[in-house]
Parts: sequence; C-alpha cells; structure tokens
Amino acid sequence: MTITEPVKPKRVRRRAKPLIRSAGIRLALVYAAVFGLSAFALAVSLWYSTVGLLQRQVEVAIRNDATALGDHLTVGGVPSLALAIRDRLANNVDGDAIYLLIDPLGNHIVGNLDRWPQGLTQTETWYELPVTRQGVNSIALLRAYTVVGGDQLLVGRDVRARAELRHVLQDGLLWAMGMMAVLGLIGALVIRSLFRRMIREISTTTRAISRGDLARRVPQTGDGDEFDELAQIINDMLERITRLMDGVREVSNSIAHDLRTPITRARTRLEDASLHANTTQELKAAIEQATDDLDGIVAVFQALLRIAEIEAGARRSAFAKIDLTPLLIDIDELYHAVAEENGLYLKTTIAEKLPLLGDRQLIQQAVTNLLDNALKFSPQGSYIRFTAQIESGVIEIIVADNGPGIPEEDRSRATERFYRAESARHTAGSGLGLSLVAAVAQLHSGTLTLADNRPGVRAILSLPTQTV
Amino acid sequence: MRILVVEDDKDVAGFVVKGLREAGHTVEHADNGRDGLFLAASENFDAIILDRMLPGGIDGLRLLETLRAQDNVTPVVFLSALSQVDDRVKGLKAGGDDYLTKPFAFAELLARVEALTRRGKTDGPTTKLAVGDLEIDLLARGVKRSGQKIDLQPREFRLLEYLMRHAGQVVTRTMLLEGVWDYHFDPQTNVIDVHISRLRQKIDKPFEIPLLHTVRNAGYMLRSEDV
Repeated sequence: MTITEPVKPKRVRRRAKPLIRSAGIRLALVYAAVFGLSAFALAVSLWYSTVGLLQRQVEVAIRNDATALGDHLTVGGVPSLALAIRDRLANNVDGDAIYLLIDPLGNHIVGNLDRWPQGLTQTETWYELPVTRQGVNSIALLRAYTVVGGDQLLVGRDVRARAELRHVLQDGLLWAMGMMAVLGLIGALVIRSLFRRMIREISTTTRAISRGDLARRVPQTGDGDEFDELAQIINDMLERITRLMDGVREVSNSIAHDLRTPITRARTRLEDASLHANTTQELKAAIEQATDDLDGIVAVFQALLRIAEIEAGARRSAFAKIDLTPLLIDIDELYHAVAEENGLYLKTTIAEKLPLLGDRQLIQQAVTNLLDNALKFSPQGSYIRFTAQIESGVIEIIVADNGPGIPEEDRSRATERFYRAESARHTAGSGLGLSLVAAVAQLHSGTLTLADNRPGVRAILSLPTQTV
Repeated sequence: MRILVVEDDKDVAGFVVKGLREAGHTVEHADNGRDGLFLAASENFDAIILDRMLPGGIDGLRLLETLRAQDNVTPVVFLSALSQVDDRVKGLKAGGDDYLTKPFAFAELLARVEALTRRGKTDGPTTKLAVGDLEIDLLARGVKRSGQKIDLQPREFRLLEYLMRHAGQVVTRTMLLEGVWDYHFDPQTNVIDVHISRLRQKIDKPFEIPLLHTVRNAGYMLRSEDV
C-alpha cells in the first residue's frame, strides 16, 4: 500500500488577479452597464418628447400664419398682405411673432425685423437663426415664402425662451447622467462586496478543507436563501466525503488487522506441512485446509468490497420498483427447512403487499444475513420470529431470536466491520454480516436497529417505501 | 468436448488446461485477445473460457462482441477478477453465458463449463425428463419414480428439474442458488444442503438405488447407476 504525501498547503500569497477575472467585478460592471443604458434611454426619450413637441408646435403656428397670409395675398394682393401683417403686429399679444416682407431689391416693405437675416437663402425651408429685433438679439425659427412679383415674405417665431428651456433640460439631463454613472458605480461596488462576502465563507471553508482540515463546514445564515442552500449542499457533500473516507480508512485498518489472522493461519499451515508432513496424505490434507482458509479470506474480501460498493452508493442505479412480499416468502421457504433441520421454529408473518423502490439482490442478501445470524445464535428448540409489515410508509422487516443477544454496551458497535461480541468469538463468521445489512439499510435511506428481545436480539430493518 | 481457454496468466491457464484435459476434454489455449479471437472464429469449439482483461489490444468483452456479431453462438464462460455486480452484468450483456470471478475453485469452473455445453443441446421444448426410473412431467408438474407418484413443493420441483436438466453433471451449490433461487451471493448457512437432503428424502429414501449423489468438494450430481 502506498501512502501519498499530504499536499503541502500553499503558502504563496495569492496574486492579485486581473480585475476582469474577478466575478464580482464582472457582475458589478454588467450591473453598471445595464443601469447606465436604461438611464440613457430614459433621458433620450424625455428629451425628444419635450423638445420635439415644442418644436412641432411652433412649426404648426408658423405654417398656419403663412397660410392665412397667403389667403390675404390672393384676395387683395401685396397691399392687403402688408395690411394684414401690420394688423397682426399691432395685435401681437405675446410679442414673439416675426414677419418681414421685402421687395425684390431687398427693401423693407413691412415687418418687425430690421433686415433680412443672414444665411437665409432658400424659401420653404426651416431655419433657426439669430435675429435682431428692435435692437435686441434673439433666436428665431424662420420660414421664407416667395410672393408674386418677386417680393419675399418671412414668417417666424421668436424661440429664445424655448432655446433656454432646451438648455436647462440639456443641463439637467447631463447632470442626471453624471449622477447615474456615479450611482451605477456605487451600486456595482456594493454588489461586488456583497458577492465577495457571500462566497468568502464558502471559499475559506473549502480552502481549509483542501489543506486537510476535513472537519470544517460552511456556516449557514439560516435565511434559507440561495447561498444558504449552496452551503447546505456543500456541507452534505463534505459529510458524504468524510463518511466515504472513514469507510476506506476502516477497510484498510480492517484488512491490516483482521485479515492478518486467517492469512497467518493459512501460511503457517502450509509452512508446517512443507517442513513436517511425512506422508502425501498429510501434505494433501494440509493443502486442502489451507485452500479452505484462503477461500475464507476471499469471502471476507468479497464481503468488504461489496459493503464498500454499497456504501459508495453505486448500486442505486439498479433500484427498481419491487414487491418484497414474494421475495420474503422465498427467503422464508429457503430458511424454514433449515430452521427445522436445526431444531428451531421459524414463525413467519409477512404482509400481503410491501412495495419498495430498491435493489432486489441487496434486500435478499440483507434479510438472509439477519436470518443466518438468528439461526447461528439460537439455542435448540427456541423460536425465531420473522415478520414483515408496513406502517405509515415504512416497511419493517424484523428478525427476532432468543439467542444470547448482544450486550447493551456492544449494541451500537455491532454493525461495525469485523466487530464480534465476546460471546460470538467461538462461532464461525467474519463479523461483516450486520455491517452489510446496515449498509443496505443506509443505501435505501432506512435504518437497522438492534433491540433487546429479552432474551435475544430483535433486528429491525426499516425501509421507507418512498426513497429519494 | 473441445474447449478454448483464453487467459493470459500462465499459472492460471496452465492449471485450467491441465484440469480440463484430466476431465477428458480437448483444450486449445491462447494467451492474448488477438490469437483468442482468431482461434474462436476460425475453429469449432464446444465452449470458450474467456478472461476479461487480456493483452493484445482485444479484451474479453471486445472478443466476445466480435464473435457474437459473426453469429457465433459458442457458449462462453467469463473468468474474471472484475467482481462487481456491474462487471457481471456487462459480461452477460456482451453475450456471455456465465460469469465466474477469480479466485475460483476448479470444480466450480468445470461444472459450469459442462453445464453450458449441455444447455446448448437440450434447448428444445422438452416436456418430460427422465433419469433412471425417475421421471418428471414439466407441463403437469408431476413426478414419478418407478411409476409411484411423488409429491413435491414447487421449489423442490424446480430444484429437481434443474438437477434433471443437468443429469450426469456436477452441479455446484452456487449454481443451484443462482439457477433455482436466483440468489447471486452465498448465504452463510448451508441452505442448499438442507434442501437437497429434503429432496433426497422424497426421491431416494423410499427406493433401493440412490440417484442424487454428493460429489465431494464440488456439489451434487443426479445420475442413475447405469449411465
């Protein structure tokens, strides 16, 4: 057997990882990006719905004005148009309407603009240009129209107020964006630290375990959240690993100690025969005995391996829905004759239907082990009771004898491998029978209980019908 | 019978070959999968004893699968150190007829090989079996000896049927456990011996000539003296 060197704990300080490799940072960045994008989308839609609406309203007003003035032109020509403009300027309540009519030479005919704005070259096109009105600088939305005879009409609205509003809005949105960016970043950092804290417990525990401290467990907060669940799963896994390792350790100890005896016996026998046997007959007898010893050792091996196989849970793939009743009746039939032959009475009561999700062969073997034990330890003429019943979803298979029993203090150890009570030392057997039954019970999420039968042992194999 | 042994361990192979020859069989031996497959495919054998882990690139399972793919139905007994339940299932699924784990008793191997070769011959729809003056009717589930009716429990009947089907051959306790009770493990108690002795009480005790014999260190055999 080779013993692997325990892995040296890594003392190297963990190097700082590139930031992007940290899941916390990644999560935080994704959070910030999603937050920022949604904030940006909100701002953009706000911008378009307010500023765009105002713009459209002004455009509609200008168009309506132009149409009305066009009507004046068709009815009364340029003089009528000029009159109408004058009229409008006089009645201009909000004071932001702008009109200008010029002749083909560019001379001012009528209007509240001092001169034709620079840069306005095309008719029937929207312009937003700075204008000077009564010496005051402003911004206007303008549209020029050609009037018959080469005159040109300019209709517009002063939009300084609107432009100011736009600026305010723009500034506000920019500020908001800045705030959002900051908030997003803070949120991201908070998420990252939360994330870190949640996995820190798990990572410190698992690191401790990989250094060899197998007793460590992930602490649970008890909130029942996802991380709690994960902690629970990890703890269950650790529990199982520990159990398996204990099993392996136990098996290797057992092999080292308990198999030494029969191997020594076989070896001694052979050596003794080779040194001292005088006749072929003696030699043959010794060899035959040694072969039997070896067969016994193989049987022990086989039993150990089988128990290990069961404990590892590998057999769960062979689980099927079975009815235990015929199976137990078969076993009863097999053992009834044996009991009679040994001068014992086997009293059997088996319920009519015992459905179970389980492994047929293993249940068979477990129950025959219990009966083997009962037969082995029962005094002549005594009773063995073999009962199988189902009660609130749990099948109980009970084998009760009136043998010497197991002393109270030894009962909990009776299912350990190779354990043999003082009183059983002189009987045949390997001390593995009950270990196998216990392993089978555990595989089926059940239990094996050994109780006092006054006198004798009452072995109760409880198997829940609904195993997960 | 002509038997092929495919086994790479020299000692085990030598022991098996010698034992089989002593039992009156003709034996060929191959110590790797390639030669084993070549022999098995090119010549006629009554049975093949096959190790699972073999050198030569072809292991026992592959060898058997290849053989079965060629419609070769020679009975095969696996002889393997792989002893887990899954291993056994794999071996039988691949087309093996029986599976024996190492270490093994030669008597067990011999009994199983001989039982297999017989099984191949009497697979027809037999309804009646007879050994000496003992006869059983498989349809009516009736047993008679010297014309005298014998009452058997259903399980005793199956035990007898198994023994009759292998009349003249050694039948081991594990074969009976597997074949009659479908138990793939050895109970510590001598259950088989008890049931055999009960059967003997019914079919042999009242009559002059015993038919059911105990074979030392091996098992039982049902045979009439004149066979």
